[in-house]
Amino acid sequence: MIEFRTVTKRFPDGTVAVDEFSLVIPARQTTVLVGSSGSGKTTLLRMINRMVDKTSGEIEIDGESIYRLNPVKLRRSIGYVMQNSGLLPHRKVIDNVATVPLLNGVSKADARQGALELLDTVGLDRSLADRYPSQLSGGQQQRVGVARGLAADPNILLMDEPFGAVDPIVRAELQQELIRIQRELGKTIVFVTHDIDEAFLLGDQVVLLEKGGRIAQEGTPAEILSKPANDFVATFIGADRGRRALSVEVVNGRNVVVDADGRPTGVLQ
Amino acid sequence: MNWVVNNFGLVWSLTLTQVALAVPPIILGFVISLPLGWVANRFRLTRGALLTISGLLYTIPSLPLFIALPAILGTGILDPVNVVVGLTIYAVALMVRQTADALASVDPDTKQAATAMGYSGWSRFWKVEFPLAGPVLLAGLRVVSVSTVSLVSIGSVIGVTSLGYLFLNGLQRDIPGEVISGIVATLVIAIVFDLILVGIGRLLMPWTRADRRLSRRRVPEVPPVVAVNA
Repeated sequence: MIEFRTVTKRFPDGTVAVDEFSLVIPARQTTVLVGSSGSGKTTLLRMINRMVDKTSGEIEIDGESIYRLNPVKLRRSIGYVMQNSGLLPHRKVIDNVATVPLLNGVSKADARQGALELLDTVGLDRSLADRYPSQLSGGQQQRVGVARGLAADPNILLMDEPFGAVDPIVRAELQQELIRIQRELGKTIVFVTHDIDEAFLLGDQVVLLEKGGRIAQEGTPAEILSKPANDFVATFIGADRGRRALSVEVVNGRNVVVDADGRPTGVLQ
Repeated sequence: MNWVVNNFGLVWSLTLTQVALAVPPIILGFVISLPLGWVANRFRLTRGALLTISGLLYTIPSLPLFIALPAILGTGILDPVNVVVGLTIYAVALMVRQTADALASVDPDTKQAATAMGYSGWSRFWKVEFPLAGPVLLAGLRVVSVSTVSLVSIGSVIGVTSLGYLFLNGLQRDIPGEVISGIVATLVIAIVFDLILVGIGRLLMPWTRADRRLSRRRVPEVPPVVAVNA
């Protein structure tokens, strides 16, 4: 469980990225922080592993303040996956995946063995282990990024728009893969995105953020869809334009569900 | 040609002297520039000052510098140390800016990722930033190497013997073969040094070659669609 208590982050230039933010992120579930740029979502994510330090407030993991821990140690215990993979270009795929275990003092042989198994987990062929990141496609690089985030078997996995830079087909694949991995591993995942469809697809909880990290609404995708808290939420999820409105037409004696543009999307059972 | 055949021993020994005088400034210049370049890159305030001062060093004319150094260092006028120190100053002048640029060339996302994984500041520098700055550092080092090899000759004017002796002596005694052999020997040293540096680069930075060699052989995940975008 990760808990934010009235956390504020003011950058040196005076910008307030996050203002008095409070949130409880439950363990072993996927929580998605979603919002447009300037909503402070990435800042919030980076505060969890102290890449960004708070100005005031308190952040706890399982009841313990993260400010009592050594930041380097803290980061080694939390998985991190970022956009554009952030792989080390001078290390082979296998060494990239093994990075954190090696930093933690695991023997080289064990770290490499674990890394190979993780390539299986994220659906990559072991023959790619000796390649450099630049020799992989964007989708493959993101898979390596996920494997690296999981390498130290962390309880918490932070994901910063991890699928934002790949094409839609690969993104859909990676999303399904993440759902599968999460079903198997049950990590506490905090996922940042600006894509509301991605948020509804992946999130057990979705937290919709407005400017300055103000929570517009939090809840399950069904709760948010069924009852948008205000106009901002309605606009953000597309409910105001009727994008989410489905209607039923009777065709050939069956109930066909039709979307806002009149395209049939399915049949009611 | 006759002159070279008859004096091969002299040309060879002067070549070795030239090499012995050129290597220390190249290495020292690199090592001294590393912390200076790091500071220049790290702090915005120091960047301008350091780069300007180091740039100005290169404008000091070499001949007066070689003559002034014995007085400053307390060395003898014919001491080779003067040449080594003088050339190190020029190497630093070239390398500080290059080092700062090399460190700045490292992708900020990569640095962020390294921090996020739990590299401490010191190990992040040596294991991530320094190797990734390698290609730009190497480019600078190659310029320094060529420039140093050719500048060593100036030392002959103040009496520190090197291949420069062959130009001076050859000009004074009107022996074209001697002048040319001095030039050719200097060129050969510069080329050999350059090849060695490139070789070291290939050995230590295998990923830079992987980029070029295999980037066209990527395994596309969804061949037809992705291939059109690529």
